[in-house]
Amino acid sequence: MRSDPATLAALFLQFAVLSLFAIGGGGSAVPEMHRQSVEIAQLLTDRQFSELFAIAQAAPGPNIMFVALLGHFIAGAPGAAVATVAMCGPSCVLACAVSQVVERFRKARWRMAIQAGLVPVTIGLIAASALIIARGADRNWASFAITATTFAAVYGTRLSPRVVFACAALAGLVGFV
Amino acid sequence: MTSGVNRWGMSDSTPSAVPPAEPDAASAVVAVAAPQPSIAALCLAFAGVSITSFGGVLAWARRMLVENKGWMTAQEFNDLLALCQFLPGPNIVNLCAVFGARMRGIPGALACLVGLLGPVVLMIAAGAAYRRFGALPEMHGMLSGLAAAAAGAVIAAAVKMAEPLVRVRLGPQHAVALATFVAVGLLRLSLPLVLLVIVPVSIGLAWRRADEK
Repeated sequence: MRSDPATLAALFLQFAVLSLFAIGGGGSAVPEMHRQSVEIAQLLTDRQFSELFAIAQAAPGPNIMFVALLGHFIAGAPGAAVATVAMCGPSCVLACAVSQVVERFRKARWRMAIQAGLVPVTIGLIAASALIIARGADRNWASFAITATTFAAVYGTRLSPRVVFACAALAGLVGFV
Repeated sequence: MTSGVNRWGMSDSTPSAVPPAEPDAASAVVAVAAPQPSIAALCLAFAGVSITSFGGVLAWARRMLVENKGWMTAQEFNDLLALCQFLPGPNIVNLCAVFGARMRGIPGALACLVGLLGPVVLMIAAGAAYRRFGALPEMHGMLSGLAAAAAGAVIAAAVKMAEPLVRVRLGPQHAVALATFVAVGLLRLSLPLVLLVIVPVSIGLAWRRADEK
């Protein structure tokens, strides 16, 4: 864990770019976060990446808070702050700047073509995120069983995710996984 | 693209999924009657939502803005959400900033963001705990269970998002989704690079689809 200015600057740049390339929402950027921090820089393992992602999902607050956990793991508390500001800042500035214009052209053909064109790309990116998180999380039949059960509960029922997460954590705690 | 699941894989269906546009006379009246919130009120309101909502903030933000405070009508919320899903970046964060800016300008946007992102302090504590205790055998099982559950939740989100594609005839949209998945998920190519190629292609195809209609 290093929080020297160079590391923080690199972290800022990385997440600031992702902020503007996270089409459809923050989750679309997860594969690139994994690529940069796990595959290229090797700052953490597959497993650690998935665990941090899971903690962010289970904790209160927006799930994009995952970048704070990632930033903290890489560069401590300053890293958490830098990653959060970088991930949220550029897209917020853009959103505030163009919201009036984009709203005015809500029914314009170019606006609708862009919207329709982004949908399948977003789907591909979320599927890629799912693959990456699952790869880091599922190593034995027990974890596969938890993944399958959670999928069924979230997809098929209106059960609150926090109940499902609590059950999964409890199952792990008593030695199921 | 208003799916009931946000991009992080957590269902936004608690307490209620963001509903389709509906006439919402009651909150419209409230919205007119409600005085413009102060900077402090904006910050506190978003902090309250953020800290009390587990597993996706969107549905709770909607409840606060539309039902509890009456700062927006249901229609205004849906329009703003659609806009934020259209633009890049975390949806709920963008929504919060644009809402704050419309209420109180840049200070309003910052106040809302500070409130919404307040849990970053909590994350720093969680991150420190993870660094210290994450590798302990006692924690191993719990974290494994949690990670496996998170994987299931993201898969559910991906499947829910893909559902509209299942209903339409096999076409270029399916090819775009598959190509994106292969390039980013399997080949592990750089996201910006992939998007710079595939997004224009996909928008071009959508433009042509509009021609055919």
